[in-house]
Amino acid sequence: MADAIPVTDYKYGFSKPENYVFKSKKGLDVGVVEEISSMKGEPEWMRDLRIKALGIFEKKKMPSWGADLSSINFDDIYYYIKPTDNQKSDWRDLPKEIKDTYDAIGIPEAERNLLAGVTAQYESEAVYHSFQKKWEDMGVIFCDMDTALRKYPDIVKSYFGRSIPAADNKFAALNSAVWSGGSFIYVPPGIKVDIPLQAYFRINAANMGQFERTLIIVDEGAYVHYVEGCTAPVYSTDSLHAAVVEIFVKKGARCRYTTIQNWSNNVYNLVTKRAFVEEDGVMEWVDGNLGSKITMKYPSCYLVGRGARGEILSLALAGSGQCQDAGGKLMFLAPDTSGEIISKSVSVGSGRTSYRGLVKIIKNAERVKCNVRCDALVIDEKSRSDTYPTMEVAEDNVQIGHEASVSRIGEEQLFYLMSRGLTEVEATSLIVNGFIEPIVKELPLEYAVELNRLINLSMEGSVG
Amino acid sequence: MNLQIKNLKVNTSTKLSAGVGDKEILKGVNLEVGGGQVHVVMGPNGSGKSTLAQVIAGHPFYKIVGGSIVVDGKNINKLSPDKRAKLGIFLGFQNPIEIPGVSVFNVMRKAIQGTSKNRKTPVKGQAFVPDLSKLRPDLKLSEFRQQLLEHASSLKLSNDHLSRSFNEGFSGGEKKRNEILQMLALSPKLVILDEIDSGLDVDGLKLVAGAIKKFAHTNRRSSLVIITHYARILKYIKADFVHVMADGRIVKSGKQKLASEIEEKGYEKWQTQSQ
Repeated sequence: MADAIPVTDYKYGFSKPENYVFKSKKGLDVGVVEEISSMKGEPEWMRDLRIKALGIFEKKKMPSWGADLSSINFDDIYYYIKPTDNQKSDWRDLPKEIKDTYDAIGIPEAERNLLAGVTAQYESEAVYHSFQKKWEDMGVIFCDMDTALRKYPDIVKSYFGRSIPAADNKFAALNSAVWSGGSFIYVPPGIKVDIPLQAYFRINAANMGQFERTLIIVDEGAYVHYVEGCTAPVYSTDSLHAAVVEIFVKKGARCRYTTIQNWSNNVYNLVTKRAFVEEDGVMEWVDGNLGSKITMKYPSCYLVGRGARGEILSLALAGSGQCQDAGGKLMFLAPDTSGEIISKSVSVGSGRTSYRGLVKIIKNAERVKCNVRCDALVIDEKSRSDTYPTMEVAEDNVQIGHEASVSRIGEEQLFYLMSRGLTEVEATSLIVNGFIEPIVKELPLEYAVELNRLINLSMEGSVG
Repeated sequence: MNLQIKNLKVNTSTKLSAGVGDKEILKGVNLEVGGGQVHVVMGPNGSGKSTLAQVIAGHPFYKIVGGSIVVDGKNINKLSPDKRAKLGIFLGFQNPIEIPGVSVFNVMRKAIQGTSKNRKTPVKGQAFVPDLSKLRPDLKLSEFRQQLLEHASSLKLSNDHLSRSFNEGFSGGEKKRNEILQMLALSPKLVILDEIDSGLDVDGLKLVAGAIKKFAHTNRRSSLVIITHYARILKYIKADFVHVMADGRIVKSGKQKLASEIEEKGYEKWQTQSQ
C-alpha cells in the first residue's frame, strides 16, 4: 500500500540518525553470535544455547509452504545493534533521536494515562522501561529479557525454549541464536494485573533484523494482559522481524496477549508464538496484522491440562504488495479442553490474505469442544484470499465446528451508505470496520479507535 | 426543495447486468414537485415506481439515457449518490440493507458528518498509540445522539436501538422505522419514501405516518415523494398531488381523490391504457 499513499502522509515512516554504541557486521556466523553473547555478559549456558541454535538454523530448510520468502538475504542483515549504553527509566534521559521517535509516536502520554508498565525496544535493546511500583511490590516482574537473564537466571533457564525449542522451525532457531530484548513477565499466584502491560518495538536502521524474545509466566490463578505494538520506518531495502514468544499459563490462570502489528511494508514478519496452558487456565491471543511485507504468524495454544481453554482471534489486513499468512493452532492434549479460532481477513488493492489453521485432538482428549470460524472479505478483483484449515482428530468423543466464508462488499450496501452521504471510501471503510468488529471489540478502546482510523486510511489508498 | 423530472428515460446498466442486456424501465417520466409539497406516486408492481426512486437517489444499476433530473435548478443526472445526499436528497428504502457489525449510531454519525476534511488520519508504519483527544466526548456529537434517542423513542424503537448492528436482526417494521429515524435526524430537503408502508401493521403505519407528518410540519420547505402500492397511507397523510405510474410512465395526475378511485377500481384501467 506504500505506493498508493502519498509520501507526505507518511509522517511516521521517518528514520533517525544512527548514533549507535555498537553495530554488528552484516551477516551471521559463530563470531557474530559469540559477540552478541559477550557484549551482553551472558552465562555460558546461554552462549552455548545460541551457538547450538545457530547450527540448527544453518541446517534447517526454509518453510516449503506459506508465503514466498525467497528474497530474504540472510547475509545482508545486521543481527545486533545496540542503540544506547544502558536502559533508562526516566524519559528525559533518553538520547535525543530515540526520545524524538517515541515522542512522535506518542508513547509518554499513553504510558501516563493507560498502562501499568512500558518497555520500549529500539533496534536490538530495550532503551526505556517503567513499571508501576504498586505491581512491583506485589511481586510482579516486568522487564526486558536481557535484564531477566541477569536478575532471574533460574526462572529464565527453566522456561527458555521449553515451549518453542530452537529446532521448532528455521526462524525459531535464528531467534534462539541471535535474540536480544523482548519482554519478561512473571505474575505470582493469585495476582490479577488489571491494566495492561505494554511493549513498543521499533526498528530504525535499514537492513536491520529484530529478534526479540518474550517469556511470560502467569502463575496459578493470576491474570495479565500484555499488549505489544510494532513500527518501522520506510526503507527501500527490507528488514526482518523474527520474534519468539513463549507463554506459560498455570492452573486456573489467564493470560491475554494483544498484538497490533503495523510494521512498514518492507518488513518480513515471521514470528513463532506458543502458549502452554495448564488445568483450567485460559489463554487468549488477539493478533492484529496490518503492516509488513509478508507476515507468517500462527499463535498457538497447547492445552495440556484438563479444562484448559485457548482462544485465538486473528485479524489480517493485506493491501497492495502485502501478504498476510496468519491463523492459529489449537492442540488439545487433555480431556475437557476447549478452544476457538476466529479469523477475519480483509484483502484490498492486490493484497493477499491466507488463513492457515491447525486443530489437533489427541486420542483420549475426550469431550473437547472446538470451534473454528474464518471469514474473508475481498474488496476488489485484484485481491486474493485463501483458506488452509487442517484438522487432525484422533478422538471420537468431541465436538468440532468449522465455518468459513468469503464475501465481497455488495453494490447494494455501498449504494445504501452513499445515499446517506458517505463517499465510496467512507462506505467501504465502514463496511470493513463492521466486518472486523467481532475482533476489534476485544481491543482496548484506544486501540480500537486507532485501528478503525488506520483501516479508513488503507481504504483511501486502495478504493475508488 | 424543488424537483423537476423531464422526459426521464432509464435503462438497466449493461455494466452491472452483464449478459442481461439493456432493458428500458422508465420510458419518459415527467414529474414536478414544488418546495414543501407532498406527492404520492402510486402504481402496480413493475410499473417503475421503485426504479424512479432509486434513479433519483443515483443507483449505479440504472443508466439515464434521456431526459433530466433537476433539483433547485441543478441537473443531478451525473452526480454520485453521496453528492446527491449532500444536496439534501434522502431515499427511504423499500428493503433497507444490513451493515453487520456497524451500529445504527455509527452509520448515523457518518451520515451527519458527511465528508469532514479536518480529520487526523493515521499512517502505515505508525504505532498503535492511543490518541487521547479522540476519547474526549464531542459536545455536538452528544447533542446529535440525544436527538437520535428522542426520535427513536418517538418511533417506539428500543432503548438500545442506537447500539444495535445496523438492520441486522431487525423485524420488517423496525427496518422501516429505522429509515424514518434517519429521515428525522438528517432533515433532508427532498424525501423519497419507497413503499415505506409495506410490511407495517396498522399501529406501525400510524406511527410512521405520524412521524412523516411531524417531519413535514417541522421542515416546511422540504418536499416529500411517497411511493406506494396502496392508498391506505393517505388516510393519515394529506397529499398535494397523486400520480399514477404504469409501464414506466406517469399516466395520470390528480388530487387526493384519485387515490380513492384507485382504491376502489384498482390499476387495471391505467395498465390497459398504457399498452
